[in-house]
Amino acid sequence: MGNLGIIFKRELVSYFATPLAYVFIVIFLISNGIFTFDLGGFYARGQADLLPFFSFHPWLYLFMVPAIAMTLWADERKTGTIELLLTLPVTLGDAILGKFLAAWALTGLALLLTFPIWITVNYLGDPDNGVIFAAYLGSWFMAGGFLAIGACMSASTKNSVIAFILTVSICFLFVIMGSPILLDAFPDWVPQGIVDAFSAMGFLTHFDSIAKGVLDIRDILFFGVFIAAWLGASAIVIEIRKAN
Amino acid sequence: MIEIHNLTKKFEQFTAVDNLSFTVKEGEVLGFLGPNGAGKSTTMKIITGFLSPTEGTVTIDGHDIGKQPIAAKSLLGYLPEGAPSYGDMTTLEFLRFIAAVRGFSGAELEQRVKRVVAQVELQSVSQQTIDTLSKGFKRRVGLAQAIMHDPKVLILDEPTDGLDPNQKHHVRQLIKNLARDKIVIISTHILEEVTAVCTRAIIISNGRIVADGTPAELESRSRYHHAVSVRLNSQYDLAADLSGVASIAAVEKNPEEELSYTILATDGAPIFSQVSEIAQARHWPVTEFHVNRGQLEDVFRKVTQSAQGGV
Repeated sequence: MGNLGIIFKRELVSYFATPLAYVFIVIFLISNGIFTFDLGGFYARGQADLLPFFSFHPWLYLFMVPAIAMTLWADERKTGTIELLLTLPVTLGDAILGKFLAAWALTGLALLLTFPIWITVNYLGDPDNGVIFAAYLGSWFMAGGFLAIGACMSASTKNSVIAFILTVSICFLFVIMGSPILLDAFPDWVPQGIVDAFSAMGFLTHFDSIAKGVLDIRDILFFGVFIAAWLGASAIVIEIRKAN
Repeated sequence: MIEIHNLTKKFEQFTAVDNLSFTVKEGEVLGFLGPNGAGKSTTMKIITGFLSPTEGTVTIDGHDIGKQPIAAKSLLGYLPEGAPSYGDMTTLEFLRFIAAVRGFSGAELEQRVKRVVAQVELQSVSQQTIDTLSKGFKRRVGLAQAIMHDPKVLILDEPTDGLDPNQKHHVRQLIKNLARDKIVIISTHILEEVTAVCTRAIIISNGRIVADGTPAELESRSRYHHAVSVRLNSQYDLAADLSGVASIAAVEKNPEEELSYTILATDGAPIFSQVSEIAQARHWPVTEFHVNRGQLEDVFRKVTQSAQGGV
């Protein structure tokens, strides 16, 4: 097992050593239930799909994912273990990726545990399971995007509460970037190209089509590149800030 | 061998390490001394590759820490200041993690972990979460991870800070045992530690080296070097007997103890036989009579304060 794997395993185990992982998963599942069945009108729609389930995910992740991400680096810096970790024979890349993947695996696990809803919809009707699978994948990638922002914010401070607030704010910005409310707010003199570029950065732009079952490889690619960019930024932030 | 060339570290306006150069060879236990904020920890963080220097290079057995960080870090064992470790893990889990990162697996991993647990006596807390351990145990966990791979170079930032005298003694013994054919660098501000374990001491102040030598050499720079301490059992005017002797600089009365005096030598020359002859000839009422090696503390104050402009 390479160092990436060793760090990944340590991080993942440590989530379950404290109640954090369990609390996260339980709240995630309960919120999903409320959103889907109460607010989403799962039964009232009378359609065998999971659209009401998935369309709430951006808003759910907005608060849930930063809670996972906030300690990623802030705690390492606060307790000084960052000095231990980065003087071991591991590369910064292994450390960043190992931590990120562990947190991402935890959100993936939480997502997998929503499987009863998938069973329910299959019991009640005859949904397109390909669409559902695509939406799950898209949702997981979007969670990764939130998480990568959180990793970078967590690297910038010793205080995990500050990291949480920063992450929520920036994630909120990326969620609403593609929404009509924000796009309509642009004055007429702004070139259409800029408005489009702005909209193309929005999470909703990419996720809405995924949630409806249109799995465009470009949407997945968007989240992939987005994650890579924010993790790259974390590396720079860690390099700059680790002396403080 | 560790070679440090023209190391400088600037934090914005502040220069923490200022053009530092020195070499440490196998078998040396280097005590790294200096007042708080002198740049000890910063230097250690650069040597271990945690921080990169503004200027200068560090090579460990020919591996530049900046250019070949993984090769260089593999040779190092490091106990950072405050002995940080992952508090939510148990001692064994943590040490297994370190061993895995150090490239051990399977039976060898277990054997390595077992060996360091025995070396620093962690058996009684091996199943406990690190967060629940006392300060002394936490520091020992930090030491255990540093010596896991039997490193060629051991860098310990204040290894005995916060330990009780027994634990201090134990850690010093451990360092002494480990030190053969290794390079050990210890930062400390406990001066007795330097005399106890180090073969060489470097004193830095404001990021510069102000003294470098064996503890004995440094002690000889003290004004108490070769001074003779005398304790009497009744009042006697020593100064009168010694006033004409050229090799004697002064007689100091010990402020903390009645009838106790220190006779200082001029330029640190040996004066014991001379003083003892006078004492016998004049029948001093002596109960105690011994030579001082010199006080490291005195030298430390002298060199660090003159570097700061004689405060």
